[in-house]
Amino acid sequence: MKQTNTSIRIPMPVRYLINAALIVLLWFILSSLMRSGAITNYWTGIIIMIGINIILAVSLNVATGYLGQLPLGHAGFMAVGAYAGGIFMRAVPVQEFLRAGNAGASVPYILIALLISALTAGIFGLIIGIPALRLRGDYLAIITLGFGEIIRVVLTNIDSVLGFDFTFGSAGLKRIPKYSSFTLVFICVVLTCFIIHTVMKSRHGRAILSIRENEIASESVGVNTTYYKTFAFVLSAMLAGVAGCLYAGYIGSLYPSTFKFMKSIEILVMVVLGGMGSMLGSVLSATVLTVLPELLRSVADYRMVAYSLALVIMMIFRPKGLMGSYDFSLSHLLEKGLCAVRLLFGRKSSEKKGESRE
Amino acid sequence: MLLSVQDIHVYYGAIHAVKGVSFDVDKGEIVTLIGANGAGKSTVLNTVSGLLHPRSGSILFQDESIVSVAPNKIVGRGLAQCPEGRRIFAQMTVEENLEMGAYTRPASSIEQNIAHVYDLFPRLKERRRQIGGTLSGGEQQMLAMGRALMSEPKLLMLDEPSMGLAPILVEQIFAIIDELHASGSTILLVEQNAQMALQVADRAYVMESGQITLSGTGSELLNSDSIKKAYLGG
Repeated sequence: MKQTNTSIRIPMPVRYLINAALIVLLWFILSSLMRSGAITNYWTGIIIMIGINIILAVSLNVATGYLGQLPLGHAGFMAVGAYAGGIFMRAVPVQEFLRAGNAGASVPYILIALLISALTAGIFGLIIGIPALRLRGDYLAIITLGFGEIIRVVLTNIDSVLGFDFTFGSAGLKRIPKYSSFTLVFICVVLTCFIIHTVMKSRHGRAILSIRENEIASESVGVNTTYYKTFAFVLSAMLAGVAGCLYAGYIGSLYPSTFKFMKSIEILVMVVLGGMGSMLGSVLSATVLTVLPELLRSVADYRMVAYSLALVIMMIFRPKGLMGSYDFSLSHLLEKGLCAVRLLFGRKSSEKKGESRE
Repeated sequence: MLLSVQDIHVYYGAIHAVKGVSFDVDKGEIVTLIGANGAGKSTVLNTVSGLLHPRSGSILFQDESIVSVAPNKIVGRGLAQCPEGRRIFAQMTVEENLEMGAYTRPASSIEQNIAHVYDLFPRLKERRRQIGGTLSGGEQQMLAMGRALMSEPKLLMLDEPSMGLAPILVEQIFAIIDELHASGSTILLVEQNAQMALQVADRAYVMESGQITLSGTGSELLNSDSIKKAYLGG
């Protein structure tokens, strides 16, 4: 792609460095505030939940915003990931490590748990994706909704079928080691966003977007639409699995009722509110929608009213979501800033604008 | 023969839409399939491009069967379809649409092909940063054709390029088809606008309810009485 000549381009490695530096800075500020007690434990918990919700929203956005489908079973994938991670972590001696203050020894187990969660959720994504993606629109929504419910019902009842304790049914899977630290969640959020960003900027991302734009045209230019639909769906499910695993390690006990249909809707609302296809939108609205109910606790009786009102107002005034499909790029902003500076100091730009935008 | 279709039968469920159609396209030719609504023209085209599968019959492209090849692989072999109703990527820019057209090509060929398309359609160059969906109907048709050309097709299949366009735009589109022909491209054209199609075509086939009822050179059919009566009005 050609750029207009007047703008300043920051070279690629520098862009990555700037972003990486800012991310590390953000982590440093937040974690030192937590250590010093300026951010209370209560708020640390909320920040961890924000992180988990960001992963959920951003991953659902792959299937809704970028691929253009409407799956309603995201909580199902999250549940699969949560139970897979939770059951694994209960089986390994992580609890003892954590209790002994030896967090370092638990790191390999945590990585394995995340991997298991992602893979299990991915496999479920594949199993449900292949038949479901032959449908579209309402039909896809309903089949994925049904799938989410099946997962929940299976988690509730599977023990009596198996004959031994596996998920502990509605009594809940308890005493999961609490391995989800702020740093772990933070790293996972950054990695998730990075992976999705990179995929979407690649040739594969273009292929996924072209399916959203027009499936027939996409097929006619040679995109393997079945493959890419499944690919996006599985990616979305895997990341939801990771979020589930982090959730298990944060909350410590899992109940099938957590992963009801409403949980899927909650995640979908985050995506729609943020703007379909905008990663920044998903991040922002996941943050707002996690914090808002907490802030409104003082008006407990009315908080759901206020919450829904906020949503309705939002949809009236910004029907395409907070950010529309706009995606923020810090480097872009910097480039514009540099341009402005250059203009201010009157250094003559040697190039002239080639063509008008028209 | 570049493309040779032999006795294909295509069904939509129980409906027998194409009943034993055979035709072929030689290198450098423009061949047109004309006929009324529902004659099965687009079905034939979609079968050739792999979107539909024939129940029987053979389709040979460069002497290889492409009947059971996936549509995305068929594009890679050099058979591009410009689908009916334009179907551009509405939220991508003109240039991004063209880049998508080169999806099966190596990245190194993109720049040259884009330049070629801009030569054919200067209008697209003017509007290259514009979002596809905001183009006029004629421009969208040009974009759809340009996008199909981006894959450097050995055979370009155009499905109703004149659909829904003003007469002057139809003439422009056909002038471009003529130009492509002159530069050596091979084109399979499906049209309802028989008059225009027959003027540019080397050979033509007339389809009626799933069968080919007439064939001949473009000028032969243009002067044939039965065609005049059935399609050209008098």
